[in-house]
Amino acid sequence: MKKLAYFPGCAMKDQARPDEAGTLHALAALGYEVAEIPRWNCCGTVHSLAKDDLMRHVGPVRNLIRVQGMGEKRVLTLCAMCYGTLKRSAQFVREEERLARINAFLDTEEDFRGGIEVVHLLTLLRDEVGYEKLASRVKRTLNGLKVATYYGCVLLRPREFAVDDPDRPEVMERVVEALGGAPVPFPERMECCGAYLTVGRSDIVTDRVGRILRSARGSGADLVVTTCPLCQFNLAERRPPVAPTLPVLYLGQVLGWAFGADEPANLFPLGGAR
Amino acid sequence: MNEVTVFIMGKGYHVPEGLTIMKAMEYAGYRLGRGCGCRGGYCGACATVYRLRGDYRLYADLACQTPVQDGMYIAQIPFTPAERPPYQLADLQPRGETLLSLFPELARCVACNTCTKACPQKLEVMDAVQAALRGDIPQVAELTFDCVSCGLCTMRCPAEISHHHVWQLARRLNGAYLTPRALHVQKRVQEVAAGVFKADLDALLSLGKDALVAAYKAREIES
Repeated sequence: MKKLAYFPGCAMKDQARPDEAGTLHALAALGYEVAEIPRWNCCGTVHSLAKDDLMRHVGPVRNLIRVQGMGEKRVLTLCAMCYGTLKRSAQFVREEERLARINAFLDTEEDFRGGIEVVHLLTLLRDEVGYEKLASRVKRTLNGLKVATYYGCVLLRPREFAVDDPDRPEVMERVVEALGGAPVPFPERMECCGAYLTVGRSDIVTDRVGRILRSARGSGADLVVTTCPLCQFNLAERRPPVAPTLPVLYLGQVLGWAFGADEPANLFPLGGAR
Repeated sequence: MNEVTVFIMGKGYHVPEGLTIMKAMEYAGYRLGRGCGCRGGYCGACATVYRLRGDYRLYADLACQTPVQDGMYIAQIPFTPAERPPYQLADLQPRGETLLSLFPELARCVACNTCTKACPQKLEVMDAVQAALRGDIPQVAELTFDCVSCGLCTMRCPAEISHHHVWQLARRLNGAYLTPRALHVQKRVQEVAAGVFKADLDALLSLGKDALVAAYKAREIES
């Protein structure tokens, strides 16, 4: 078993529990001993657009210090938001002066020494597990199910923190393929779902979600998968009444199913896939 | 008698060593109408901040529990304004969304941990904020069980969270919805109502004083 420090983030302990459960099941089957980091805090969710944003890196860096405290060199996230903020902060403190300022502020923690790598589930599956090994370990195949792979924005933007080529990503499609599915790359797969406008202007989100789902259905999809809890919520809960009745699942749920996890009732339409 | 010099709201006083901040203030002539309650560290009324000469840190503590030190700069915070929106517990769900919708400022936490440093009860305040953010109400209730609502974390928080009101709501939700019902208490209440203990009680009430004292002394005591 290969030890892997894991930062869940708040959503994985709340609305995105099925994502975490499925992913952890699959990772165990792939030979990973996943260790949740102790006393983690919220990643900050949305990175600050302010020029002077040092304070917004305190939370993410505190999490990286916990990883350091475990004696680990890298940390896994499943959530697109957490990936973005942790990765940015790991990058931010590569400048010595910034690192010194953060460490001076965090006077109740051990100094952060840097050098922690932040990996996303998708990059782990691609770069370390590999699509072939993934395919060879699958216990239940998606059997050609047409899966629309929805990236949203945070996984791919900005370019320097993207999990894949921000213009032509393929990692999620390759993972779906490895699970036996038929990926459906649809035109709106990289469009923003409307994100936090879901709080104050859900009408805008509903409009966007309608377009995204029609695009996916138009490309022949039976199912939409995503890795972002906010995208999943918006696509599933903010859809317009006339939108196609496409199910929207976390990639982790599909992974878990493919690796033989117990099959929750909400995994329609995978039930018919095997 | 050894004396130390303390500065209460900027003015210097020589006070005996070993006094608490509260006693030192009274020794210096203050009459405490606010900022003073149980004097036993339970009520949280005597929130106080201080600095020590040559130390950049701002310390926070309860005046009734903290001995004076030489060169201490002291100010009391008798009251912390904090917003508590009205709610009816019976209308609420024991979920993270409940905390966030009533106290949306929770989401402004940047995990700076200033709250934890300010807590005179040595609670892991930031961990409780984080637990609230991920909807772990039992964890919030557990971490804040010893909160005395002194308001010091709330006063220091850059995200302007009203911590003690959030904690109170979390403990209420936990108690009302998430902890197991105390069935033995319900059973006992029914027994009392049904008069199961009436005969024993009447017998006690009919005893004279001497017999009552003797019965008291002879009572069974759990060891």
